[in-house]
Amino acid sequence: MSDAITAEGLVKRYGEVKALDGLSFSVPQGTVLAVLGPNGAGKTTTVRVLTTLLRPDEGRAVVAGYDVVDDAMRLRAHIGLSGQYAAVDEHLTGAENLEMVGRLYHLGAKRSKARARELLERFDLVEAGDRPVKGYSGGMRRRIDLAGALVADPPVLFMDEPTTGLDPRARNALWNTIAELVAGGTTLLLTTQYMDEAERLADDVLVVDHGRAIARGTTDALKDQVGGNRVEVSVTEPGELDTAREALAWFAVGAMQTDPESLRLTVPVTDGAEALRQILGRLADTGVRVRDAGLRRPTLDDVYLTLTGRQASGADTKAEEAAR
Amino acid sequence: MTSLTMPIVDGWTIARRNTLKIRRSPDLLGAAIMFPIVFVLMFAYVFGSVIDIPGMSYKEFLIPGIFVQAVIIGAQTTGYTLTLDLQKGIYDRFRSLPMAPSAVLIGQTVSDLLMNLSSLVVMAAMGLVVGWRVHSSPGEAVLGFGLLLLFAYAFSWVTATVALALRTPESFNNVATMVSFPLMFISNAYLDSSKLPTPLRVIAEWNPISTFTQAARELFGNTSSALRTSDAWPMQHAIPASLLWIVVLLVVFVPLATRLYKKTVSA
Ligand SMILES: Nc1ncnc2c1ncn2[C@@H]1O[C@H](COP(=O)(O)OP(=O)(O)O)[C@@H](O)[C@H]1O
Ligand SMILES: [Mg+2]
Repeated sequence: MSDAITAEGLVKRYGEVKALDGLSFSVPQGTVLAVLGPNGAGKTTTVRVLTTLLRPDEGRAVVAGYDVVDDAMRLRAHIGLSGQYAAVDEHLTGAENLEMVGRLYHLGAKRSKARARELLERFDLVEAGDRPVKGYSGGMRRRIDLAGALVADPPVLFMDEPTTGLDPRARNALWNTIAELVAGGTTLLLTTQYMDEAERLADDVLVVDHGRAIARGTTDALKDQVGGNRVEVSVTEPGELDTAREALAWFAVGAMQTDPESLRLTVPVTDGAEALRQILGRLADTGVRVRDAGLRRPTLDDVYLTLTGRQASGADTKAEEAAR
Repeated sequence: MTSLTMPIVDGWTIARRNTLKIRRSPDLLGAAIMFPIVFVLMFAYVFGSVIDIPGMSYKEFLIPGIFVQAVIIGAQTTGYTLTLDLQKGIYDRFRSLPMAPSAVLIGQTVSDLLMNLSSLVVMAAMGLVVGWRVHSSPGEAVLGFGLLLLFAYAFSWVTATVALALRTPESFNNVATMVSFPLMFISNAYLDSSKLPTPLRVIAEWNPISTFTQAARELFGNTSSALRTSDAWPMQHAIPASLLWIVVLLVVFVPLATRLYKKTVSA
């Protein structure tokens, strides 16, 4: 299988900031890659370079067989982009927006009109299609923007944080739409800050931080890389959180996480069931009242924490070094 | 499609989009049409009752100046709309498409030209209502409107350049107001500039707004032998001077705006 996207040593500087710092990766044809990272990791910059919007300072990238710098104009006929902020015209109707994009792909007036109708149907926007986008909900805007990326039925698609800012229902609906889409064999690069999104949509995950790739693999492989299990304990009183953390430091094989808001402590352990039993015994000995306790497989959040020492999402949680 | 036809075809697509937008934005239409109407009534009836122009009615003197003013204000739509679009992601979409990059500015300026045309039609009708008349041949009158539209088109590229340099709608509006109002008032558009004190008179004589106003007055026949035209070259040769201004504005600002557009959207 050949690669639909290859990036080699991409560097992009903004003054002192290196938005991309030697980023290299490839995406096999017909697969979905999730580029995962927190705000400022370089996700948008990556998408902008690969969709010809931005020239890299160093390195090169080839998408659908075309160099993103030297062959930019020809490449544009083979890609679709749905950017971080919905790029739709408020005053135009959904149909007019899509028709305009069709004309700019040079599909011709008739084909552009027909294609707009097809896509409105596919994205469940038939009724809203003749109303100005101004009155659309966030989810509808995202859908019409995504439809815009599909007008020319391009073999390679880019979506920059497609569900950021959507409520859970709209998010789920969009996930279903995207999943259907890639089932047809389109290559997709999507960026996200959400682990569950990557898990849901992607074959492969590229974890980026400070413009560099820090890990690559399937979600399962990444979880194995982090290893072991997690014991989660919720306590009853805020004061007990510290006591519990001290008491359990001995069991932790990596960074523990405390969440003061939900009074929850997460302890990475090796031997799951046995560790859970011992931990509960230890907490009973120290007099900490446990509200809830359980064992779980590592999530991609844990993967991110392990790889970067920082939390990807959820500002209230702070990482701490294990006691030994 | 060749590299020669693509900017035209794509520019037309963008112009259609902008025309739809203008039709659905009452604020833009309102600014371009209501503002000059209010000015016609205000100047014609308030100033008209005290300002005396030798040998002709003040209204006939005034209307060509109001036409030029309408062009100055109408062409600012180009810059203002560009700054609004810059705030959104729409240019990223355009630039990810296999379209001619120059089509965005071409389409924008062309649609604004159509808007300026409709604005001038409203103004002319309004002028006829308050007593303005064309005293030249129909051919000359058509040339008069043609000259105003060419100026509108060229000035659109000027406001586009300013907008792409400033980027935000607020700063664009501030600068546009700060520059255009003094420019309009220190001119012969509303009064006989030969009566101004010397430094202001000289500015008024060389002000392009005076040049275009004088050219419009000549082409519409709104002149009077009793009214002395200034000796300054652009006032004595208002029509060629106007054409020269249009050429200079286009030659300077079309490439400048195009370069700034590329720089601004790829940052
Ligand atoms: N136009 C720009 N000017 C200056 N700095 C920028 C610009 N775009 C991005 N950056 C910086 O580059 C880094 C990566 O940004 P970005 O690619 O937008 O990250 P992400 O999409 O992952 O949040 C950030 O530190 C950001 O502040
Ligand atoms: Mg981003």
